[in-house]
Amino acid sequence: MAKAAKKIINDPKKVVAEMLDGLVLANDGRIARVPGHAAIVRTDLPESKVAVLIGGGSGHEPLFHGFVGRNMGDGAACGQVFAAPSPDIIVAAAKAVHRGKGVLFLYGNYAGDTMNFDMAAELLEDEDIEVRTVRIADDVAAAPPERKYDRRGIAGDLLMIKIAGGAASELETLDDVVRVVEKAGDNVRSIGVAVSAGSIPETGKPTFELADDEIEIGMGAHGEAGVSRQKLLPADAVADQLMDKILNDLPFQSGDEVALLINNLGATTMMEMLIVNRRIRQILDERGIKVHRTDVGTWLTVQEMAGFSVTLMKLDDELKRYLDMPAESLGYSRM
Amino acid sequence: MAATLEKDDVVAMLRHVSERLIAQVDILTDADLAIGDGDHGIGMQRGFEGTLESFDATPPENIEAAFKAMGTAILSKTGGAAGAIFGTLFRAGSKVTAGKETIGGADIAAFLETGLEAVLKRGGVTEGQKTIIDGLAPAARAARAKEAEGADAVLSAAADAAVAGVEATKGMVATTGKARSLGERSLGHPDPGAISVSLILKAMQDFAARA
Repeated sequence: MAKAAKKIINDPKKVVAEMLDGLVLANDGRIARVPGHAAIVRTDLPESKVAVLIGGGSGHEPLFHGFVGRNMGDGAACGQVFAAPSPDIIVAAAKAVHRGKGVLFLYGNYAGDTMNFDMAAELLEDEDIEVRTVRIADDVAAAPPERKYDRRGIAGDLLMIKIAGGAASELETLDDVVRVVEKAGDNVRSIGVAVSAGSIPETGKPTFELADDEIEIGMGAHGEAGVSRQKLLPADAVADQLMDKILNDLPFQSGDEVALLINNLGATTMMEMLIVNRRIRQILDERGIKVHRTDVGTWLTVQEMAGFSVTLMKLDDELKRYLDMPAESLGYSRM
Repeated sequence: MAATLEKDDVVAMLRHVSERLIAQVDILTDADLAIGDGDHGIGMQRGFEGTLESFDATPPENIEAAFKAMGTAILSKTGGAAGAIFGTLFRAGSKVTAGKETIGGADIAAFLETGLEAVLKRGGVTEGQKTIIDGLAPAARAARAKEAEGADAVLSAAADAAVAGVEATKGMVATTGKARSLGERSLGHPDPGAISVSLILKAMQDFAARA
């Protein structure tokens, strides 16, 4: 039995509640707790707008609740560690963000999230609050292209939230926002590589087993099995394998413009990710694919898991417009 | 041996279920670590602790309220897929006990069938996908087959069928949920949700046998 991970926490059962308290304070007044619920909402919401509600299990900070802010999510429903939020949390969060023009539910495509958000949507319909849902499914390792509905949402979440937030700040109707966000979802692809496991605070146990000299290409954010388990490889060789899977999936083609995102799963160094970025740009140059913007950072973590993921989103003028809007949140700010 | 259960029996039975499952949380954690992310145990623990708190705060007024309170506590405290599924099972199942002063074997069979139907609809899954359904569906069928024999016999048959169902999940490849990407690697491991069903029914059976 692996020994429990070292974590600076208090009562393991209170990690989510205490994390949310700290999160609200760290936003310096820009967000507030939805009273009585594990949910947060922007304090500067305009009187009338299409609302964007994001959410999912906790333990992946800054995703999702760190992405609530101007031109990002309007609110977030927060579950326990790695577990979807319950319908009562989602309903309370949706009511807190609703400004008369309907609510977009935007979350990762996992069975638990789907069931709980769907139950919440049904409850809100009974109260005449219009809800539309877009599930993020960018992980190409999870299922073949013909079963895209079986794919998980990973770090593409950030680009999706960014575009949804931008579109919902500008567009007048929920239908229009959904159209843009669905287009973004159709054009985003990601894949990750796991180097070592993270652990759940309450159990202290690693979420998967990986030998000291092994990596796993395509492993999911919760240790779901990936494409292949291999001996540790140099950065360029890892980048080659990841890019091969992503580029051939859409497929991305010469002349395409893309957003590139490299995400640290928790314990990987910026140095490693920049070395990977170097190789990724060589590959994209060779293919004639132009990078419109790059984000390298820590967006979707799995506690102390080591590894990273690469995301590409093919852009058109409309997606660029919303992606490039200034955003301000604890987890992601870019002018 | 109790052929029928009154409201106080049902509340005591659901308390017993909650306490037993909280005590067995490590079984669920370890099963989920093998093919999931390891949070099933702590999730179910939150739901059953919530059930006990709910019973303490608001003693159920009737049998339907007792089952429903358990479902509501699991739905809101467990969270995740397990919260939605087990919450739906108890909330939907509670409806067949509406207005009843006592429940017997046929009522328990109806409870399981109605709960199963609601879970199938919510989860969009079928038998054989290595889920809770593979514990629950055989249990509901076994319960219906024994419906004339009283609550204790029905729960005994349902628990045995659920345990056999758990065994059968070892030979299944997961095609839904977080384990689906494991594919063949999920073979040989039982489904944690099905294990929870079997432990819940076993706890009910043990309670009914000595009630």
